Amino acid sequence: MATHAATDHHHADHHDDHDHKPQGFMNRWVFTTNHKDIGTLYLVFAFIMFCIGGAMSGVIRAELMSPGLQFVEPYFFNQMTTVHALVMIFGGVMPAFVGLGNWMIPLQIGAPDMALPRMNNWSFWIMPFAFTVLLCTLFLPGGAPAGGWTLYPPLSLQGGSSVAFAIFAIHMMGISSIMGAINIIATILNMRAPGMDLLKMPLFVWTWLITAFLLIAVMPVLAGAVTMLLTDKFFGTSFFNAAGGGDPVMFQHIFWFFGHPEVYIMILPAFGVVSEIIPTFARKPLFGYQAMVYATASIAFLSFIVWAHHMFTVGMPLGGELFFMYATMMIAVPTGVKVFNWVSTMWKGSMTFETPMLWAIGFVILFTIGGFSGLMLAIVPADFQYHDTYFVVAHFHYVLVTGALFSIIAAVYFWWPKWTGKMYSEKWGKFHFWWTIVFVNLLFFPQHFLGLAGMPRRIPDYNVAFADWNMVSSIGAFGMLCTPVFMFLILWHSKKHGKTATAEVWEGAHGLEWTVPSPAPHHTFTEPPVIKASMLAHGDPTH
Amino acid sequence: MMRPNFYLLAKKGWMIALGFFAFGFALIPLYNIACEHVLGIKLEQGAVDGDAAAAMTVDESRLVTVQFVTNTKSKLPWEFSAEKTSMQVHPGALSEAWFDATNVSQRDIVGNAVPSVAPNSASLYFNKTECFCFTEQLLKAGETRRMPVRFVVDPRLPKDISTLTLAYTFLENDIATKKLAESNQAAAPAS
Repeated sequence: MATHAATDHHHADHHDDHDHKPQGFMNRWVFTTNHKDIGTLYLVFAFIMFCIGGAMSGVIRAELMSPGLQFVEPYFFNQMTTVHALVMIFGGVMPAFVGLGNWMIPLQIGAPDMALPRMNNWSFWIMPFAFTVLLCTLFLPGGAPAGGWTLYPPLSLQGGSSVAFAIFAIHMMGISSIMGAINIIATILNMRAPGMDLLKMPLFVWTWLITAFLLIAVMPVLAGAVTMLLTDKFFGTSFFNAAGGGDPVMFQHIFWFFGHPEVYIMILPAFGVVSEIIPTFARKPLFGYQAMVYATASIAFLSFIVWAHHMFTVGMPLGGELFFMYATMMIAVPTGVKVFNWVSTMWKGSMTFETPMLWAIGFVILFTIGGFSGLMLAIVPADFQYHDTYFVVAHFHYVLVTGALFSIIAAVYFWWPKWTGKMYSEKWGKFHFWWTIVFVNLLFFPQHFLGLAGMPRRIPDYNVAFADWNMVSSIGAFGMLCTPVFMFLILWHSKKHGKTATAEVWEGAHGLEWTVPSPAPHHTFTEPPVIKASMLAHGDPTH
Repeated sequence: MMRPNFYLLAKKGWMIALGFFAFGFALIPLYNIACEHVLGIKLEQGAVDGDAAAAMTVDESRLVTVQFVTNTKSKLPWEFSAEKTSMQVHPGALSEAWFDATNVSQRDIVGNAVPSVAPNSASLYFNKTECFCFTEQLLKAGETRRMPVRFVVDPRLPKDISTLTLAYTFLENDIATKKLAESNQAAAPAS
C-alpha cells in the first residue's frame, strides 16, 4: 500500500502541469484527437443508441403483450425487430466497447494516447452519420429494412430504397470498426510502456487485441456480402438470385462467416472487463491469467469454423452438420475455463460487493445460462426444433444483454470515478443492479419456455397458448425500459454531487490506470511510467 | 519517436482488411469447391459430354428408381409438371424424361429452372446430357412447351442408393423478362 501511495503522489505531481484541454465545443469534441474525449464520445453515442434500440424493443414487447394485433402493423413490427438489432449491435454494444477501449487501453498500458489519433477521430465521427442514414429510413416511403438484421435474400431485397440506405450505413459502420481495430492493434503492439510485456497486460487489453484482429478479418467480409446484395438488387448481378444461377443459401454462408466471429467481437471485451473487476473486489490476483489469454485466443480461432450452426436447417449434408456441431461444442471448453477461473478468483477472496462487482457476478451467472442454451442449440437434432423460435431469442439476449451489456454497465461503474473523479451513489447503483436483475430475467427467461413450446420469432401475432408468458416477458421489458433512466440519473447525480474519488478509487486496486489521479488528466503518461510488477493487475504471469 | 512504425502497421491493417474484403467474394468459388470435393455434392449442373455418357457401361443387373418433382415459385404464373413422376433406369443407360410447362398469364415470361438431386450424395453420379434447365426458357402468353431431359446415372452410384429424386423449381428471371417486355414495347410502335 505504501508503495502505491508513493507512486500516486509522484504521478499526480507530474501530470497536473499538462492538463491543457482544447477550448470551445468544436475544438474539444469535433476535432478532438484525445483518446479520453473520443472514448467519452463513443460511450455517449452508445448510450443514445441503447435508448433508441430500447425504445424499439418497447414497441416489440408492447405488441407481443397479448395475442392479436394491437398497436402496430406487422410490416412496422418487422422494421422494429430489424432496426432494433442493427442499432443495438452496431450502434450500442460495439461502440460502447470501442469507447471503453479508447479510454482504458492507453491508461492500462502506460501510453500517452492511441497510436493514430487522427484516424481515431474519424472512426468515431463516421458513426453518427452511418446511423442517421440507417434511422432516416424509418421516415422514408417504404419504411426501414424489415427483412431481419441478417438481411437474408431474397426477402431483404424486396424492400424499397431502404435496402440501399441500410447497406450504405453498414459500409460506413464497417469502415469505422476497421479503423478502430487497426488503431487498437497499433496502440497495443507499439505503445506499451517499457516493461509492460505482452503477458503482463491487463486482460481487458488482451481481449481487445484479439477482438481487433477478429474485426479486421470479418467486417470486410460483411462489407463484401452486402456489396453483393447491393449489386444483386440494383446492378443486375445474380450472386444470390436463383433465377440467374446464384444461390440464396450462399449469402447465409458468407454472412455467418462474418456473423459468428461478430458475436465474439461483442463478448470478448466483456470477458476482459469482468476479468479486471472480479480480482479487484475479490482482492486476489486473477486465477489462471495465462489460461485466460489462451482461452480467449482459442475462442477467437474457433469462432471462424462454426458459422454454419446458424443454418443447420438449410439442408446441409450430415458430415457438415456433425462438423459444425462438434466444433461449436468445443467452444464450451475455453469458455468453461474462463468461468472456472472467475469463480476460482473469488474463491476464498476477501470479497466486497460494490456495484461493479455485483454486475460482474451477475454477468458470470447469467452469461453462463446463455452459454448453456447455446450448447443446447448446438445439438443438431434439437436445433431443428429450436431454430427460429423464441428459444434462440432468449439465448442471444442472455449472452448479449446479461453478458455484453452487463459488462459495459459494470465497466462504467468501475471506471467512472477514474473518468470523472467522482464516486457514484452505492445505494442507487445497487438499486439499479437489483432492479435490472429482476426485470431482465422476467423479460428473457420466459422466452425459453415460449421457444420450446414453438413460438416463432419475428412474428407480431401468436397462438393464445403463449399469452401468459408473453405478458410476463412484456412486464419485464417495461421494467427494463426504466434502467437507462436510472443509470443516467445516478451518473448525473454523481457528476454534480458525488464524493471526490481517490486516485486508487477501489481499495488495493492494481493496474496502471489507478496510478494516475482521478479524474484522469487530459494527458497522461506523456513520460512512460516505470513499471513495477507490484502495481500491475497481472504483474506475475505465473498466477 | 516510433511514429513511422504506426503508419506501416496501419497500412498492414488496411491491406489485411482489403484482403478479407476480396476473400468475402472468393468464398463463393471456395464453397462450391468445398461442396464438391469435401462433401461430395455437385452444385454445378451443366451438361456432361455426350460421348463420355455413351461410353459408360450399362449395368443391366441393377435398376434405380428416378423420381421427378416439379415446383414453381409463387411469383411465376406457370403450370409445370413431369409427364411421368417416376421411372426405372439401368445405371449407365441414357434415359429420357419429358416435362410440360404452360404460361397461364397474359404476358411473355422468361423462366429459369433450378435443378436439385436428392439424396445429395447421389448428385455426383447424376449426369444430364440435355436439359431445359441449361438455358432460359421463354414462354409467350398462353404458350405450352414440352421439354426433354436426357440423363445417365453413373454405374459407380453407391450400392445403398436405390432411389434418386430430381427436383426442378422454375423461377421467373426478372431481368430477362424485363428486357423482353422492353424490346416488345420498342418493337410495337415500329410495326
